[in-house]
Amino acid sequence: MVLTKDVVLTWLETFARDVEENRAYLTELDGAIGDNDHGTNLDRGFRAVLNSLPDERDKPIDGVLKAVGMTLIKTVGGAAGPLYGTVFLRMASAAAGKEALSEADVGAMLAAGTKGIVDRGKAEVGDKTMLDTWAPAVDAFQEAEASGEDLLAALQAAAGAAEEGMKSTIPLVARKGRASYLGERSAGHQDPGATSSYLLFKDLLSAVEGTAG
Amino acid sequence: MAVGIVVVSHSARLADGVKELAGQMAGAEVKIAATGGGPDDTLGTNAVQIEAAINRVYGDDGVLILVDLGSAVLSAEVAVESLPPERQEHVLISNAPLVEGAVVATVEASIGASLLNVEAAAVRAGSMPKVER
Repeated sequence: MVLTKDVVLTWLETFARDVEENRAYLTELDGAIGDNDHGTNLDRGFRAVLNSLPDERDKPIDGVLKAVGMTLIKTVGGAAGPLYGTVFLRMASAAAGKEALSEADVGAMLAAGTKGIVDRGKAEVGDKTMLDTWAPAVDAFQEAEASGEDLLAALQAAAGAAEEGMKSTIPLVARKGRASYLGERSAGHQDPGATSSYLLFKDLLSAVEGTAG
Repeated sequence: MAVGIVVVSHSARLADGVKELAGQMAGAEVKIAATGGGPDDTLGTNAVQIEAAINRVYGDDGVLILVDLGSAVLSAEVAVESLPPERQEHVLISNAPLVEGAVVATVEASIGASLLNVEAAAVRAGSMPKVER
């Protein structure tokens, strides 16, 4: 089973809708420990992505992902702009030259996105950031893929691990970003970036399920 | 030529104000660019605007970027990486506090100091006492 460009486009459209639906929730999470704009900013960015997709959809997968990254960098405003922007640019590089992505290709693409978060944000797992969702999700995907699972099963494992990773941020004390200024008071709140990242993995799974179903 | 200064803040008004304050200390030879604020008058930073600001003040002596908080650094890093490689090595993101750093960096740039010396002076500005205790 491969990840085609059509599924990638569905993934992006699904995520854009999901961010819109969860805009208030994401901003509320950010209001508790950050600068109260994550949902608003990400929604602005992905509305711009949706608007640009008709012009981009004839490009190969890497071209689409690169255009998404550039749009996010230009339009998001908060830290999510450079962070998600870098994630999509790195995923684009990993997918370069491929018509469709095998399980191993998807694993490499997601791992490249994770590396982008680490490089850009200098974050480690446990810092209460989006990396706490990405790192376990990619590990779970690659483990499933290495043991011979197909794309759907590997993404189910990844989405499950992403959800656990997202929830793992609740008790953590933030060591990166605006929330780190709060110190111990940041504990007890789920990280907004980890939450939107979970939605991204969940929506990749549902896009693939849609074609498999 | 002198080192160019870019002031990056989440607030466009703060960036403009810091530019005005630092500009008071500089002769016409120091170019200062201010950039900040998100779309629709929100607070935020934007890598594309920062890249344009760098290019407005860029010269052979390089550019020092002063930033306010967290994501300003991330956006500035993306901006620097978007520059042509031969410019990237002459652009530095400062560890200095925004206001004191911009003022001291501008003074240092106006006397013709190198990029590394402008940055060192700006960083030292962060530990200059304001009141005697």
